[in-house]
Amino acid sequence: MLEAAWLIPAFPLFGFLLILLVGRRLGEPLAGWLGTAMMGGSFLATVTVFAGLLAEEEPERFFIQKIFTWVPAGSFSVDVGFLVDPLSIAMCLFITGVGTLIHLYSVGYMHGDPNFSKFFLYLNLFAASMLVLVLGDNLLLTFLGWEGVGLCSYLLISFWFTSEANASAGKKAFVTNRIGDFGFMLGMFLVFKAIGSINYADIIVEAPGLAIGTATGITLLMFLAATGKSAQIPLFVWLPDAMAGPTPVSALIHAATMVTSGVYLLTRLNPVLAVSEPWTLDMIAWVGAITGLVAALAAVVQNDIKKVLAYSTISQLGYLFMAVGVGAYVPAIFHMITHAFFKALLFLGSGSVIHGVHDEQDMRRMGGLYKLMPITAGTFIIGWLAIAGVPPFAGFWSKDEILLYAFDVNPALWFVGLVTALLTAFYMTRQVILTFFGRTRFFDAHADEIEAAFTGRLEAASAGIQAAREDVVKAQEALDKAKTDLPKRKEAIEKAGASLAEASAAVEASSPEADGHDKLVKALDKATKAVPKAEDAMAKARTKVVDAELAVAAAEQAQVDAAALRREIDAARSNAPAVPQHVTALTPAPDISEFEDAMPDSYRARQEYHPHESPWTMTLPLVALSGFAIVAGGLNLPFTKDLHFLEHWLEPSLFANEHHLTASAATKWILAAIAIAVGLVAIVAAFAVYLRGSRRPESIENPNLGLAVAYDRAIATFAGGPGTEAFESAAWFDENVIDGAVDGVPSLISGTAGQARGLQSGFVRFYGLVVVLGTGVLVVVLLRSLVL
Amino acid sequence: MEVTATWYLVLSAVLFSLGTFGLLTRRNPLVMFMCVELMLNAVNLSFVAFSNALGDLAGQTAVFFVLVVAAAEVVVGLSIVVALLRRRPDATVDEFVEMRG
Amino acid sequence: MVDVIVFVVAAVIVLGGGLGVISLRNPVHAALSLIASFFGVAVLFILQEAHLLALVQVVVYAGAVVVLFLFVIMLLGVDQSEDVSTEPIVGQRPLAAAGAGLILLLVLGGLFLSGPGGDDGSVALTGQPAAVTPIDDSQNIEQLGRDLFTSNILAFEATALLLTIATVGAVVLVRNQGGEDLVVDDPGSSVR
Repeated sequence: MLEAAWLIPAFPLFGFLLILLVGRRLGEPLAGWLGTAMMGGSFLATVTVFAGLLAEEEPERFFIQKIFTWVPAGSFSVDVGFLVDPLSIAMCLFITGVGTLIHLYSVGYMHGDPNFSKFFLYLNLFAASMLVLVLGDNLLLTFLGWEGVGLCSYLLISFWFTSEANASAGKKAFVTNRIGDFGFMLGMFLVFKAIGSINYADIIVEAPGLAIGTATGITLLMFLAATGKSAQIPLFVWLPDAMAGPTPVSALIHAATMVTSGVYLLTRLNPVLAVSEPWTLDMIAWVGAITGLVAALAAVVQNDIKKVLAYSTISQLGYLFMAVGVGAYVPAIFHMITHAFFKALLFLGSGSVIHGVHDEQDMRRMGGLYKLMPITAGTFIIGWLAIAGVPPFAGFWSKDEILLYAFDVNPALWFVGLVTALLTAFYMTRQVILTFFGRTRFFDAHADEIEAAFTGRLEAASAGIQAAREDVVKAQEALDKAKTDLPKRKEAIEKAGASLAEASAAVEASSPEADGHDKLVKALDKATKAVPKAEDAMAKARTKVVDAELAVAAAEQAQVDAAALRREIDAARSNAPAVPQHVTALTPAPDISEFEDAMPDSYRARQEYHPHESPWTMTLPLVALSGFAIVAGGLNLPFTKDLHFLEHWLEPSLFANEHHLTASAATKWILAAIAIAVGLVAIVAAFAVYLRGSRRPESIENPNLGLAVAYDRAIATFAGGPGTEAFESAAWFDENVIDGAVDGVPSLISGTAGQARGLQSGFVRFYGLVVVLGTGVLVVVLLRSLVL
Repeated sequence: MEVTATWYLVLSAVLFSLGTFGLLTRRNPLVMFMCVELMLNAVNLSFVAFSNALGDLAGQTAVFFVLVVAAAEVVVGLSIVVALLRRRPDATVDEFVEMRG
Repeated sequence: MVDVIVFVVAAVIVLGGGLGVISLRNPVHAALSLIASFFGVAVLFILQEAHLLALVQVVVYAGAVVVLFLFVIMLLGVDQSEDVSTEPIVGQRPLAAAGAGLILLLVLGGLFLSGPGGDDGSVALTGQPAAVTPIDDSQNIEQLGRDLFTSNILAFEATALLLTIATVGAVVLVRNQGGEDLVVDDPGSSVR
């Protein structure tokens, strides 16, 4: 059964190849089922090998399956072989188990994505690389897997690479990891130089004989590699940015598997760590502790649901390194396993939440999802209790072990770990409350939407003012026109009057018998009639003028009203309801009743949306993982020696380098009590702030806590500014000096050859001459030996 | 005074060097070939001189073969010259410089 | 005494012919000088009792080879005089003289500076033992014929094969490529 070891990485590798060939044609969801099936097959193979290993006696649990010789280079010979021992199988079990569940989850999560099959391609490749990393029987094979997971991390973080931010996040992860890889390579070279082989079997045998300086060097270099891969100070800056990738990626790679490879490496090399200088292990422990604390502080002020979990991961990994540093390998592996369960659970849960609230990731805009997404909420709460260290959930047992060993070695470390645990409980409770409890803030208006509403109204008001202005102008013009009529009419009246008088005079002057008398009478009639007409016209014109004046007045009034309206809107805007930066479960919605009709489309669309539970492909893994989060504590219960299953299981891999506890049972109980108390205090405090509103959240969420974020930004500034100049000068040096020397050699040769070409003149007689002279020389040389 | 082998050998040496000088100096390919024939003749002379001096017939046999092979060589060589000079009838040896460089 | 006179005369003819080959501008004249040289060499062969070789020399060399040369000269029309006064390649003449002189010196040096021969007739220069095929009193032709057809029969046959190959090669080399005719010389232009 142990022979099936090669199947463990072979299944996902085969899946990768298969999806590479036919994935696009299989499409959704077949490609996803294929990937999941391959991971499931890998899990079954792992279980088979585990059973085989169980069947062996304890000292015999060390089996190497050689596949083929990879680099047969004389004294340096490297095989592709798989090392099956308790440590590697323990890791493979949770990698394949959690991996299968995450593959299943991804089938639901990536539904509708155009690059569905590519996602599973990368996931399977990642799984294969990770398994090679863990199962490799020598450092070079582990490095192959190391690089492979780094590559897949890059590919998967940048999965939606059309966005600049996502592409940059992937690059950042890859480059930061590379710095660690540099440490790995140098460490590997040092191991080879000191021991002559890079197989773990040989390292384990030869390690006790290493010089203390060499062992220290190897440890430090491998620790540098571990800080890169497992996101510790100083190379943790890539993990928060890595949240740009799809949530299953965050769950699998940046919670459960890849980030544990650093701890795995150090645990695998524990014989070397044991013979290095004591300060190296202290340094590892303190780096882990400080990282845990700084990351936990940063998590308190995060508003993105995934960033909280990212910093939380960094913090929990800090615990693992603290454990390794104090020699507590079993608690480290124990916590690694429980962390894989509950962190994957939390990430998948957050993915389910994001999916349910239509890709919203800001926790301030969630809330009240408990009723709308019950399964997600329930499993997330189980994960929360696990990470906060509430017994009997898994996280309590493993974290408590670590804190116990830390206290035993250095109470200061224990205290830092305790504060970190306090902060962990606090920020996780905050996350749960903001996401699931209280009012459903999802439908609230966003600040930019309110702004857009006011902007819309202001624009309308400005348009109104403009229209009113134009109306005034028009009315004024009409008034002017009407006024110009008046003098005309007056003139007409006078003319009419004058004609009347003239006509009357004419009639009076002429006698009725005169020739034109009738005409004059008619003219007199006409003139008589004309006068009232002219007066009528005058009256009409006057009326028109009056109307026009009224119109002008109305238009001016309208203009004043429009301006007043605009001022009103402005005033309302400055009094607009602000969207709070720090929320609790009770924070009321901004009051937009007055201008609700002016809200933009994004707001309206959101009102139609109903947050819903996720499909079974997503909730089933959540339920499974929550089950593990509840019972995984049983792996290594501290009550009696018999319950230390994990410790007994891992003993053969640890070669008695485990730190021996000197604490008494009483100490253990007291420390456990303190840890539980601290956790409960933090939870209660978080409830007080966020659910009851006893304190304002601004006082807690002081941005100064974001030290980690400031560090990240400082590195970015350096890399963009003076760093870039340094890098460019290094590149210039490489191009011109080094490549110049390498290119210079052939140029020199070809230059010399070009000069030598002159001898080949093409003239036969010249060649003949050279032949003759050469023959002469030859004869001289030959004759000397014969004659003389 | 007797004509010893030395006389023949000296004559042969002079003839050979004359042929060498002519080979390197003349530009007409056919004349160059004639100089080669001169050199071969010189060698034949020395062969026969040695054969006579040593009383060994092998020298004369060698001359026989040299003669035959020289004839064959002339045949092939002249056909090459014909093939070359067909295209460029006025050419001298100096104009066939395709092997330059 | 007679030998000496004959030798000297023949030597003069040989060297004169040689000088003619290397210095005459017209290739036809050079070919004729070559014939003279060959005749001189034939006389020297007879002087050394190598009768068959003299015969073959005249028949093959003077009679066939040089005639072949003349044929080609006439066929290709290369009987224009060569300009021997100029030398395009820098330093060729002096170096050629030096080379020829060097070879002459070496041979003469080797000839005169070598020690006396051994009693068995070996020459000190090579130290090889004496006669492999001694010359006896029979006719030169008979001896040569016997030697050729017994001891050197393989070489003889190979030479025959060589001649055949040479003939075939010559035909192939001068074959018309794609219907192109041999350059036909205009006889009138060759008259100077």
